[in-house]
Formats: sequence, structure tokens, C-alpha cells
Amino acid sequence: MTDTPIAIEVDCSTGIATERPLTADEIAARDAAAAQAEADAKAKADADAAAAAAKASAEAKLAKLGLTADEVAAIL
Amino acid sequence: MANTYYLIASNTVGSGGASSVTFSSIPQTYTDLVLKSSVRSTSTDNWLNISFNGTSATVNWSARWIGGTGTAANSSSSTNSTYSVLENDSTTTASTFSNSEIYIPNYTSANAKSLSLDNVFENNATAAQSFLMASLWNNTAAITSMTLTPSSVNIAQYSTFYLYGIKNS
Repeated sequence: MTDTPIAIEVDCSTGIATERPLTADEIAARDAAAAQAEADAKAKADADAAAAAAKASAEAKLAKLGLTADEVAAIL
Repeated sequence: MANTYYLIASNTVGSGGASSVTFSSIPQTYTDLVLKSSVRSTSTDNWLNISFNGTSATVNWSARWIGGTGTAANSSSSTNSTYSVLENDSTTTASTFSNSEIYIPNYTSANAKSLSLDNVFENNATAAQSFLMASLWNNTAAITSMTLTPSSVNIAQYSTFYLYGIKNS
């Protein structure tokens, strides 16, 4: 991989593809987008984990009340 | 019914990868556009965002989609979000690439543009995804350029893009 990210532009009127290194501003914007994507993915993973933990907790509490596994599954 | 496909332009990403691929100066002489792509990401992110005419990838977009992972199905809708193509990420089987097709009817019209997308990423494992999306780009400008940008990092080497023009007569 090259050190500087490359943007490709294909001119449809000529069919010629040109490659150019990204500008500093473009790299900064790209890094920010990557950080946001990573944060979004982590937030989703955290939310999924919290939901799974809450479900497990609810199942445990219902089991302590005497519900069978099938009965718990029927209401969750 | 489209009866004529013309290859307008194509690109295969080279050894350095690419942070974006743009098709510029799209001719205004066809009825519809079709972009066929085979894409892999160099990161664990697997979305390739689309924008037209150099505008933001999120402004004036709305979409409805349905997908499946092999173990579950899901669906959702969005507004002012990105219109995205699924790409194979770096965790999928080596040297596998996604397949996708975007159909853009009446791309030169002065009305909002509707699009459809179908794609799947390949994986020699249980987890894989297929994805269908219908979307609207609420902009009256004719489409003259199209840019595909990963949510993060690079488009991998050997990813390919083929842009076709279609005439219905």
C-alpha cells in the first residue's frame, strides 16, 4: 500500500483514469469519517451487548419465579 | 425494457488501493445508467458510499432496504443518510469480492432520481450478506459524475467498476 491515499477519477469522455494523492484536507475528512464509522460500530456493539445482557437478566429473574424455559421463551 | 447496454467506462483498482473512485463527465446521451461493481475493502468496514455531482453523500437521500445475513433477515429505512453498496470486508475469505448492481433510470431528468441496488458479499463461511435497496436522490440536477467512497480506509486492489449507459430504443 502507498503511504498517501489515492483518489481515482475516470473521465468518461476520454476513458482516461487519473490517480492523484489526497490533499491534507481530504485526508483529515477521511480520517474523521473513519473515526465516526468506528465509533458508530462500537456504539452498536455496546447496545447489542447491553440488550443481550438485559435479556439474560430477565430470563434469570423469570426462572427464579418458577417459569420454565419454554414459558420464558414464549413471553420474551 | 432496456435492450442496449453500452460500456461508458471502467476501472480496476491498482496495487496501492484507492480512497475513492469517481466517474466524471458522464455522457448525457443515454436513458439509464447501470454501475456494476466487484469490491473489497482493506478494513473491517464494509460500506461503500455513493454520491453524485460532487455533493454530500448524505444530503437529500432517502432509502428503504431489506437484507439477510444467512442467519437473520432485517430491514430498515433512512433519510439524509448515505446510499451505500455492500463490499467484502477484510475479515471475509481472502480474495473474495462483493457483487453489486445499481440501476439509475432517467439520470438526465429534471426530477428527483430513483435508484435500485442489489448486492451480495461472498464469503466461504456461514456469515454472508445479501442486500436490496430502493432509494431516492431528491435532486433535480442531471447526474454528471458519480463517486464511490468507503466509510473508512481503502478500496482494495482488483476491485472493479463498470459503468454502462442504456438506451431504450
